[in-house]
Amino acid sequence: MAILSFEKKYRVRGGTLVGGDLFDFWVGPFYVGFFGVTTIFFTAVGTALILWGAALGGTWNVWQINIAPPDLSYGLGLAPLREGGLWQLITVCATGAFVSWALREVEICRKLGMGFHVPFAFSFAILAYVTLVIVRPLLMGAWGHGFPYGILSHLDWVSNTGYQYLHFHYNPAHMLAITFFFTNCLALGMHGGLVLSASNPAPGETYKTNEHENTYFRDTIGYSIGTLGIHRLGLFLALSAVFWSAVCIVISGPFWTRGWPEWWTWWLKLPIWR
Amino acid sequence: MIMSGMHKLLFSGALAALTLLAGCERPPIESVQRGYRGTAMVGVYNPRTLEVQAPKHQAPEAVPAVPAGGPAASTVYKNVQVLGDLSLAEFTRTMVAITQWVAPEQGCAYCHAGGNFEADDLYTKVVARKMLQMTRTVNTSWKSHVADTGVTCYTCHRGNPVPENIWFTDSGPTARSRHMGDRAGQNFPSKVTAYASLPVDPFTPFLKEAKEIRVYGTTALPEGNMQSIKQAEWTYSLMTHMSDALGVNCTYCHNSQSFGSWEGSTPQRATAWHGIRMARSLNNTYMEPLTANFPKERLGPEGDVAKANCATCHQGAYKPLYGAAMAKDYPALYGAGATAAAAPAAMPAAVAKARKPAAPAK
Repeated sequence: MAILSFEKKYRVRGGTLVGGDLFDFWVGPFYVGFFGVTTIFFTAVGTALILWGAALGGTWNVWQINIAPPDLSYGLGLAPLREGGLWQLITVCATGAFVSWALREVEICRKLGMGFHVPFAFSFAILAYVTLVIVRPLLMGAWGHGFPYGILSHLDWVSNTGYQYLHFHYNPAHMLAITFFFTNCLALGMHGGLVLSASNPAPGETYKTNEHENTYFRDTIGYSIGTLGIHRLGLFLALSAVFWSAVCIVISGPFWTRGWPEWWTWWLKLPIWR
Repeated sequence: MIMSGMHKLLFSGALAALTLLAGCERPPIESVQRGYRGTAMVGVYNPRTLEVQAPKHQAPEAVPAVPAGGPAASTVYKNVQVLGDLSLAEFTRTMVAITQWVAPEQGCAYCHAGGNFEADDLYTKVVARKMLQMTRTVNTSWKSHVADTGVTCYTCHRGNPVPENIWFTDSGPTARSRHMGDRAGQNFPSKVTAYASLPVDPFTPFLKEAKEIRVYGTTALPEGNMQSIKQAEWTYSLMTHMSDALGVNCTYCHNSQSFGSWEGSTPQRATAWHGIRMARSLNNTYMEPLTANFPKERLGPEGDVAKANCATCHQGAYKPLYGAAMAKDYPALYGAGATAAAAPAAMPAAVAKARKPAAPAK
């Protein structure tokens, strides 16, 4: 990829969190940095371990490859590589790679003097993953509670974990998460549609800008959140969706062992009408 | 002091989190693996709840054994229709046990009025006789479900003349709906459905009538499976009852990858399959014919006799009384002899601890 002539002025030294000048350079278009190196390291090792696990698994059908966590009997200890140990190492590598990537984003933000909104947002995705494979297993006392690494196998895990609580749609945090996911979709769809409608005027019309966009929504629903506001809203909706997803799974097991419908009996037990 | 926007946000966030956790439990929890690692076929238990429930699942001490031999009960007592072959001593011992199991407060007079032992005046005696026959049928013909553990009167009664967990036909919420439409027994909080919005009486169609429980399609595309979501909800209701009655979750029997596949299911699903048929058969063969014998106040609001479901025996335990083999001490509860034990299902440690004192001494 060619570098555009004006991009050079943004390629400034400094802003690194670790390593000083050591890895403060670019390879082609990519900033490296200490965390670029650790990202590459964890990614390479993790991917190699996944391939090893797949080779042991007896199928190269990409849908069916499954690298499962250890039996619950191993608790929070280490398991033999073929019996979940690979899963444990891959989890370490994945977490290392994700966190490295987020910190590399932070370094780039610092170089450019920007806010940390992007790494902040990405860290919510990491939070969700870490909640699933580290926090919840820790709280439940066994690494075996993590989800298996495989396309179909992790879906089976999701389904069975839901049925451990009889009817997962009654999980209040799951309700919030789903609502935020859908609302996020709605907001993104409307935002994309609005921008495209303003930038694709009818034949003979001029290109429209934010005043037309604002007016469209003021005419429709009496209010426009505005050009910056829609992105604040988008970030809030997206992060809320991920946050409540993490909450909904971390409370299932550690903080609730029965069917989720039964959780709602607090409503029936309210002293006003009990 | 006026809170800043950020403080307000944090405050309401903390309040929301507290509200969410208010109705919750806490770690540590206990889990039992029931499938291949990573499939999430896992039982999740709160050990503190199990501890509280443990006394309920404790089997009582057996009535001391009596020497074999002696005259048959039928030579001493009149009108002994079921237990006549027992020796007099064993017969008396069985009566003592039944009294402890079923009517410990009311005593012999609950079935035998005025010391006239042969009279069938009291409906309770007629019912008790039928229940003895039922118990024998369960212990000899339904080993597919009760294995060699068997059942006793105590399995259901637990010291209550009327077992705590029985069911009557309940058309309830439909009648109570103030709006148009048929609620199909839904949208009414009920322990039966573990408080899910599912039909509250799955028993009439499945444990009395023999409506089809399997509603899932077996083809990738809809090719002739005419079962509706509403029918699936009846099935879901029955399954929820089974889970709640046994203190387990869906993965005790099923891998939800395919609920219908026997290959992916645990052995417990086969036991449960027989259990459904057992409950249905007992309700129709033993309970229904007793309808006329019961006084009106013992019948349900719709005039039907009390019937059994999974909770009647299990009462929240994956095996009634955590699998304590009580019945083997009472030959009266078998028509024929008993044999080997079944493979044990995995259980949480708290349960293992709870059942130890009650385990038969061998």
